[in-house]
Amino acid sequence: MIFLRRQMPLLITLITGLVFAGQYYVPHPASEQMLTSVTKWLQIIGGFALILGVSSLFHVHAVKIRRKEAGWGYSLVLYASMVATIVVGLWANGKEAVDGTMTAFGWMYNYMMVPLQGTMFAILAFFIASAAYRSFRARSREAAVLLVAAIIVMMGRVPLGEYLIPLSGDVSQWILNVLNASVRRAILIGVSLGTVALSFKIIFGVERSYLGGGKE
Amino acid sequence: MPEIRRHSGAVVVGVLLCCCGLSGLSSSVSAQQPLAPPQDFRVLDTPSDGGGSLTLIWPPAPYDSKDVRYQVLLSDGTNTPDPSTFKVVTEFPSDSKYVRESKWPWWSRPAGPEQHQYTLKNGKGVELKDGAAYLVALAVVSGDRRAFTSAIQATPAPNWMNWNQINNLFLALLFGAIVFYAISVAKKRDIFLRRIPGLDAVDEAIGRSTELGKPILYLTGAHDMSDPSTIAAAVILGRVAKRAAGYETDLLVPHRDPITMAVCQEITKQAYLEAGKPDLFKDDANFFITTDQFSYTAAVDGIMLRKKPAANFFMGAYFAESLLLTETGASTGAIQIAGTDSDHQLPFFVTTCDYTLIGEELYAASAYLSREPIQVGTLRGQDIGKALILGVLAVGTVLATAGAVLDTQWPQLFLDVFKDVK
Repeated sequence: MIFLRRQMPLLITLITGLVFAGQYYVPHPASEQMLTSVTKWLQIIGGFALILGVSSLFHVHAVKIRRKEAGWGYSLVLYASMVATIVVGLWANGKEAVDGTMTAFGWMYNYMMVPLQGTMFAILAFFIASAAYRSFRARSREAAVLLVAAIIVMMGRVPLGEYLIPLSGDVSQWILNVLNASVRRAILIGVSLGTVALSFKIIFGVERSYLGGGKE
Repeated sequence: MPEIRRHSGAVVVGVLLCCCGLSGLSSSVSAQQPLAPPQDFRVLDTPSDGGGSLTLIWPPAPYDSKDVRYQVLLSDGTNTPDPSTFKVVTEFPSDSKYVRESKWPWWSRPAGPEQHQYTLKNGKGVELKDGAAYLVALAVVSGDRRAFTSAIQATPAPNWMNWNQINNLFLALLFGAIVFYAISVAKKRDIFLRRIPGLDAVDEAIGRSTELGKPILYLTGAHDMSDPSTIAAAVILGRVAKRAAGYETDLLVPHRDPITMAVCQEITKQAYLEAGKPDLFKDDANFFITTDQFSYTAAVDGIMLRKKPAANFFMGAYFAESLLLTETGASTGAIQIAGTDSDHQLPFFVTTCDYTLIGEELYAASAYLSREPIQVGTLRGQDIGKALILGVLAVGTVLATAGAVLDTQWPQLFLDVFKDVK
């Protein structure tokens, strides 16, 4: 059992890790075909995993409704809307429109789902304003630098700002192209090395806590 | 005298006419000279590719200019080897398509950088089948004149090794060797790790949750388990779960990906076992919400507002939802610790969270929290890798500056090597 729980997954990780790292250097169609097949396997596994996810969702909210936990009404709404979407989706064969006429499923998606998603995204504008207000209060030297840089960049990015402060366009470009880009590149170099190091650790079994912690 | 003047005038006119006539004759002769097609025209299977492609190589000619054009001619091999009957695949000015403009790095170029090259590929009316022989020729066109090279037979075939990317393999192996060397060193002696405030604050955040009797919220990001940042987030979850189990504090881990949820369930279970509190483990601590970005965000925001967790962890990869999540968390007064390699979201996390693990610090978290020599050694390996890259950047900067200041070409040779090896 220990072999199946520990050594076997590590062995699979080692072999597949090395094979697919090598696949990157092999342009032969056989290699491409292998990658395509494995990607399909992953999609199939993902499909089955979705069943796991949805059952988890149903279970969590069923418990909330049964125990009448705080906010259990929302769980009821979730159940009702999920069942309604499934029924309507099956009824319409998963099609949003038939012969140019919108189905109930399409109506639900276009007039309920899309506006709700848009609303969530739109809230971002207000959150940016509140977050900016909090960070730009020049309480420390770093915050003051942030504030000045932000004002210059904001002025340089809009026509009115550049009209009022003509130099702001060039300075904001310099801030973005030199200061900002160099810091981003430094972060990306660190991230890339970290990614490669983590990949090595996983492939060679040095990092195995993703299997469920513990060292054996 | 007038007679002499008249005669001399006639002679001058005659000489001028003669000169004009001769020059006209000479230009007419040059116009009639036949065009010489390239002598060393070669056609080969494109190296380091997946097949379905042929590469044409030929030397530059004295007549190369934008007025003279090259035509690439192709036949499927069943026709007569007369190039004039071949299909014209493409046409371009003769002062273009050089090897130096191609994507081949210097170690895999099939010819010198000054040579012409053209790669014939499938598409745009061309269909090259692997293993089938084709006849390829080149025509030089100037005005209405056309000269042909002899037809050359070539067969496209797929290759088993992409030598153009061998630099990548070399650097990966070098970096791997450095990492394993650093691990062996770390096993023998202690290696200094700089303080990472965001990770020091993990205990503080869990302690605060315990004191307030409120849960800990932990997010693993937008990506699935194939992304290293999600794996790093799952690894940190193990450490956080172990401490949360020790303090007997509730843990909430909402997921966007069912596979990540299944993996994190195992990690959390193991953490509770290691903490000696298996009875406190709840199966539904890890739960799935949805794969949809904003639906997930709305659900997590709702959890934050209803359950008011005292500590929020945002680890892994994030997109536009980052600010929606962290700003809501900040409004509830929770301690917030973020860790991401999504550089475009870092400003939002830095602005709204108490602590942020920037980029590689996310990957360093496992080593920092465990202090195991193997993990710490990996970190040292990363630092040596960074030092190497910094060294190359410094040398490259000096060389580029020297080339510009001294107005010489030799630094460019080294810079080209760096560019190809990178």
